[in-house]
Amino acid sequence: MSASALTETTSLVGSFTDEAFAAHLASLGAAPAWWLDRKRAAFEKFASLPMPRRTDEHWRFSSIGALTLDGFALHSSVVSTEFAPAAAAPATASLSLVNNEVATQVAPSAELLSRGVIVTTLADAALKHPELLKAHFMAQPQKLGSEKFAALHTAFVGDGAFIYVPRGVELTAPVVVVHAAAGPDTAVFPHTLVVAEENSKVTVIDYFLSADAGAHFACGANDLYAAHGAQLTYIAAQNWSRDTLSFQFNSTIVRRDARVQSLNLHLGARQARHESMSQLQAPGAFSEMLALTVAEGAQEFDQRTLQVHQAPNTKSDLLYKNALRDKARTIFSGLIIVDPDAQKTDAYQTNRNLMLSDEAEANSLPGLEIQANDVRCSHGATSSRIDPEQEFYLQTRGIAKSAADELLTFGFFEEVLSKLESTTLHDGLHDLIKAKFKK
Amino acid sequence: MKPPTELEAAPAPDTATENPVIGIDQSSGNFSYKVDHYAFDAGTGLSEDTVRYISSVKKEAPWILEFRLNALKKFLSMPMPTHWATKDLENIDFSKIRYYLSQGQKPKRTWDEVPDDIKKTFERLGIPEQERKFLAGVEAQFDSEAAYSNIKDIVAKQGVIFVNSTEGLREHPEIFKKFFGKVIPTGDNKFSALNSAVFSGGSFIYVPPGVKVAQPLQAYFRINAENFGQFERTLIIADEGAEVVYMEGCTAPKFSTSTLHSAVVELVALKGAKIQYITVQNWANNVFNLVTKRGVAHEEAEIKWIDCNIGSRLTMKYPGVVLKGRKARGEVISIALANDGQHQDTGAKMIHAADETTSNIVAKSISVGQGRSTYRGIVHIPKHLKGCKNNTECDALLISTNSRTDTYPAITVRGDANSVQHEASVSKVSAEQIFYMQQRGLSEGQAMSLSVNGFINDLARQFPMEYSVELKRLIDLEMEGSVG
Repeated sequence: MSASALTETTSLVGSFTDEAFAAHLASLGAAPAWWLDRKRAAFEKFASLPMPRRTDEHWRFSSIGALTLDGFALHSSVVSTEFAPAAAAPATASLSLVNNEVATQVAPSAELLSRGVIVTTLADAALKHPELLKAHFMAQPQKLGSEKFAALHTAFVGDGAFIYVPRGVELTAPVVVVHAAAGPDTAVFPHTLVVAEENSKVTVIDYFLSADAGAHFACGANDLYAAHGAQLTYIAAQNWSRDTLSFQFNSTIVRRDARVQSLNLHLGARQARHESMSQLQAPGAFSEMLALTVAEGAQEFDQRTLQVHQAPNTKSDLLYKNALRDKARTIFSGLIIVDPDAQKTDAYQTNRNLMLSDEAEANSLPGLEIQANDVRCSHGATSSRIDPEQEFYLQTRGIAKSAADELLTFGFFEEVLSKLESTTLHDGLHDLIKAKFKK
Repeated sequence: MKPPTELEAAPAPDTATENPVIGIDQSSGNFSYKVDHYAFDAGTGLSEDTVRYISSVKKEAPWILEFRLNALKKFLSMPMPTHWATKDLENIDFSKIRYYLSQGQKPKRTWDEVPDDIKKTFERLGIPEQERKFLAGVEAQFDSEAAYSNIKDIVAKQGVIFVNSTEGLREHPEIFKKFFGKVIPTGDNKFSALNSAVFSGGSFIYVPPGVKVAQPLQAYFRINAENFGQFERTLIIADEGAEVVYMEGCTAPKFSTSTLHSAVVELVALKGAKIQYITVQNWANNVFNLVTKRGVAHEEAEIKWIDCNIGSRLTMKYPGVVLKGRKARGEVISIALANDGQHQDTGAKMIHAADETTSNIVAKSISVGQGRSTYRGIVHIPKHLKGCKNNTECDALLISTNSRTDTYPAITVRGDANSVQHEASVSKVSAEQIFYMQQRGLSEGQAMSLSVNGFINDLARQFPMEYSVELKRLIDLEMEGSVG
């Protein structure tokens, strides 16, 4: 290999070289051949695709300069023993992974197991449930700009959570998954896959956190599939270390009369890119897409969304709220696509930015592409500070300005949090936000 | 009294075509006639020689030739913006376009002097009639050069200058050179670079301090030759406290090959000045209409673009205002109607650059048949500004099952002392409304027209009376046969 070719290869893959990939494959042990083939194809794609460029519309306003892939490592066997993240709230089952490997696992009750509920690891699913994994793993092609990083995810994904709820089964308590990164310069590839079969009901909570304040690289994905009449609630609470570069890809597929509610809470990371795609595939499908971001310091949160209405009589409703402090930046870029035959679509998209400092920057790109005429679609984007009249009112009632601002800020978040059915979940997320605010 | 639009008058067309979809005879606007001999013709294709030819025909100062050549280099080096814009742009063949055509250099000051054939064309469009009735001045451009240009004595006596670009740069360099190419730099985009290289015609207007021009000034643009590219250049300067309203209209006969119109329009509103710029664009639907329009509003000045796009194959036009002085105000009122084979890619840009600046964008689009309308916008409020406000509303109406609409706004806000709101909605004509009107004895088509006119009514009212009446009529025509 010539020197110039070597330089070029390095810049395209960073730390994720041929050697690193070979080592990763070697560490997988009993993985089936189709899985390995898929990973090899993904690695080739990753290595050949260019890094995002300034002229890429999907990366408009993003800080592309800080997207470095250099200096990270796959620590396959440094799971620290003292670090065992605790799962919050009573759970149907739980799973925690540290540096891509399973640390703790609590199985569902014998009764649920006998009814066919599966909560296991991705590696286990690859062996025992290959058909399900083939059908649902990264089922939607990445359309929002991160083809390269989604391929990187598939190439290096180690272990993850696999949740399957059979037809008609309703889980009352959530399934809790914790993905953690530990040690300096660690790269993690969290994955959570949820299949809710016909008329089933399930809530899954993903926690993302760092065991230390190190610089981490997180490149995660989740696949949500709701079959006919299923109800799926998915919560992702992202709280990586403040020196983390994070990518998170979501694919939601909603079938006839099914309903998916997803809520992403963004707190951690230095630069976090979140891409979320919802496909409404059959009449009666409903996807509710919610997000809350607390951005402070020099954090950058880059959220890109896609709502695709492929069938008539489908509904999607997106509400992304950002609170910005210090010199933080946020980018919201949303797109609603209504296919030519998807009449009677209801699609909404709202982005609200609360500006809490003089130096924060909020960018909104709310987009629509409508090709059917009998639809109700709207989008709205606002950026402004706390309403001075509301602030004044609270002050006249004897509440100090700082306390009034905090009340009003939490009031701003409440619109999203109150959409959660479970009060336990509501309070848990509320406390997480508060912890960041009070620091 | 009627404003000029393509659908005015009806000479016998030789290429009569009936649009089967909307069921009206669109050839009624096809009053092309053959010009046997153009005295000045830069030929087909674009090179340094083309640019030198144009400049020498116009006897331009050396700095202008240099400006043009520099622009040509930029144009050639810049890529087509297809990473965000429609791929239809790639269908423009720059080597097949004729960049300069004229029958003579000096615009006529009296109507009688205008050659009969050109006069006939413009008379059908009602130009002299309009001038007598309510305009303060008129300029009529035929292909590359102004055929006629006149302002009323009373306006001229106030010191108002209203000339074409060649005259403006030659006779009044002390006024126009300072602002020429400053609001829209040559390299702003590929098409502004193209215009800067080969510009010809357009209006240069200067309104002295405190002068309020009571009646509108008007320019009329006509493309007459096949494969011709029209590149007019307009610069309007309203000095402190001045006020002016400018209106432009356009027509082109329908040729079998596509035609390019790529204008650059720069507005400068100095302290306390007001400029209102009204466009009713009704090009034939094989014209690529790629126009860059921007104004700079100084302290307490106001710039308002009223932009209506009904014709053309592809329009890409995003009138902008740079709000440079405290309390400056910018506004864009946009109406777009896209029928079969048309893509109206329009919008607005508001760049806030001073405290307490406000901007307002109201865009309404109607898509009929396979038509596609797109709103694209930028609202930018940079660091440390206080008290800036923007309001944006985009509403799209989809008439037929396959009509398409897109919305792509981009909003950047820094700091906590400003506020921005953007809202967009997409809807169709309500079946109940149509039913109600039918029940009252209106045909379905009439009911549809009434509904659509109702949708844009609040914007159409902001046009001068003649234009708003005409706009309604055009919409009625476009809507005919669109039901069912």
